[in-house]
Amino acid sequence: MNVLDIIKPENQVFCKSKLMTDATLSYCPGCGHGTAHNLTMEVVDEMGISENTIGVAPVGCSVLAYDFMNIDITQAAHGRAPAVATAIARTWPEKYVFTYQGDGDLAAIGTAETIHACNRGENIVIIFVNNGIYGMTGGQMAPTTLEGMRSSTSPYGREIKSMGSPLKMTELVANLPGVYYVTRQSVHTHKHARKAKKAIKKAFENTRLKKGLSFVEIVSNCNSGWKMTPNESNIWMEENMFPYFPLGDIKVNGILK
Amino acid sequence: MSELKLMKGNEALAEAAIRAGVDAYFGYPITPQSEVIEYLMTERPEQRTGMVVLQAESEIAAINMVYGAASTGKKVMTSSSSPGISLKLEGISYLAGAELPAVIVNVVRGGPGLGTIQPSQADYFQSVKGGGHGDYKLYVLAPASVQEMSDFVENAFDIAFKYRAPVLILSDGLIGQMMEKVNLKGQQKRLTDEEVIKRHDSWAVTGKTNRERNIITSLDLQSEKMEARVRRLMKKYEQMEKEDLRYEEFQTEDAEYLFVAYGSSARIAQKAVQLARAKGIKAGLLRPITLFPYPKKVLFDLADQVKGILSVELNAGQMVEDVRLSVEHKVPVEHFGRTGGIIHTPEEVLEALEQKIIN
Repeated sequence: MNVLDIIKPENQVFCKSKLMTDATLSYCPGCGHGTAHNLTMEVVDEMGISENTIGVAPVGCSVLAYDFMNIDITQAAHGRAPAVATAIARTWPEKYVFTYQGDGDLAAIGTAETIHACNRGENIVIIFVNNGIYGMTGGQMAPTTLEGMRSSTSPYGREIKSMGSPLKMTELVANLPGVYYVTRQSVHTHKHARKAKKAIKKAFENTRLKKGLSFVEIVSNCNSGWKMTPNESNIWMEENMFPYFPLGDIKVNGILK
Repeated sequence: MSELKLMKGNEALAEAAIRAGVDAYFGYPITPQSEVIEYLMTERPEQRTGMVVLQAESEIAAINMVYGAASTGKKVMTSSSSPGISLKLEGISYLAGAELPAVIVNVVRGGPGLGTIQPSQADYFQSVKGGGHGDYKLYVLAPASVQEMSDFVENAFDIAFKYRAPVLILSDGLIGQMMEKVNLKGQQKRLTDEEVIKRHDSWAVTGKTNRERNIITSLDLQSEKMEARVRRLMKKYEQMEKEDLRYEEFQTEDAEYLFVAYGSSARIAQKAVQLARAKGIKAGLLRPITLFPYPKKVLFDLADQVKGILSVELNAGQMVEDVRLSVEHKVPVEHFGRTGGIIHTPEEVLEALEQKIIN
């Protein structure tokens, strides 16, 4: 059989979402951000809610999310996306409001905004891409950097005694009553991407049903920051990130698993 | 229907916000302005007009909530006092950079640091010289009465939406806490979501319909684009100077000596003018109502008429620099003011005029 016989629309499982623009992604080849963007836009498209969706972009690698997602987006100050989203959801209760944030944004500078938006049970979706490093500023230590992991500000590896333990923000917010759905996913294989999309869809469905806050962590790679090839970084992620940040649902329908 | 009431400045401002059809208020308690959010919470504006009121986890969160709602074209405001405004400055710089309409109220207390909870005007520099990072200015309104605490809310929103820019109401603990009679305006209807979309569809993020997507950001990684943004801002400020300068003159027609004062200090200086005239000293008062734009030209011209100018401020000498810049060394300009929360008396102000300028 010729390979061209297989490449047909009906056989296509993954493609670029109609809600992604034609702008060239600013992400490094091999980075998970592009897939996470695409899955989010696929969900918005499939639910038919693009006219009522407002995104909040962070500061960090995904600051330019508005260049790639063809929806209305406001770009927040570093870490403040959950506060920005809170106000939009409060003043436009019928809209779908989501934040898209990295680990430095959400789990360091924006910790207070994250915890309190979660605690108030704001009717929003938080998509949290955790790659254990500050990518945009050039590979500095993040709150989620693993023990012993090297970065430009932990050049000899993260030392717990002086730098603290990697922060499990997702487990933390799962304990707050206002949070309805908490899950941790990844997007590095087709199988994982499919599961992640299902989780993102569930999160947006929760907004539709006005269930409160849905929190989707996506453990991702940063091959540039980790100084690895894309493939090496995915293997390293499976072997090192997943044991500390295990994949799966943590809280479903308001009930801790 | 207007209504005459006896109210605190902070309460009058809060009531005016409801009546002006404001969509949302986000705040955090701090003395001496906590009455604003207390009054709003007590009044249940969500029932009166559908206005959203939320106590945020910090001043930082509150100003970023303002940024969020302003991004969507809603009429939104926050209030705080000096240390809290310092925390909000990052967000205020973002509002200016992203060209968003919003109203921020500062009921000033003494500083620096935790300072004091007593009235002060020591945030003049912070208000008119930028405060936050980058090339931007705020349109700054300085109320001198409880009536103006009420009236300036609507004025501030008119300017904020005219220019798509943040506006600061620079009050102080004296104006915020004192009670005066106030004529409250009738209730304005809040815009419906459809009206907001219709009015602001060219820029606000309300959901992408059959138009290009709207993006709110202050980021331009290309230097030429960023410079164009800064130039656009500067153009707005030039237009503000031409069209929206506000000031008030009191007995300046024949004045030989001039007080320049704003807000609570202007009230005290007005009394000092009367005391001076009773003693045969022809004093007058120029009261800038907007601190940016500043009445530079008015001062420049008055400097041809008077023999000396005293800038009266509840601080260690801040606005006096702008007075000096405006008069270009034509006449002596001195500063008088108490700090630490002490409010100068009209007698002290007159004595300062006699000692620093006349003698």
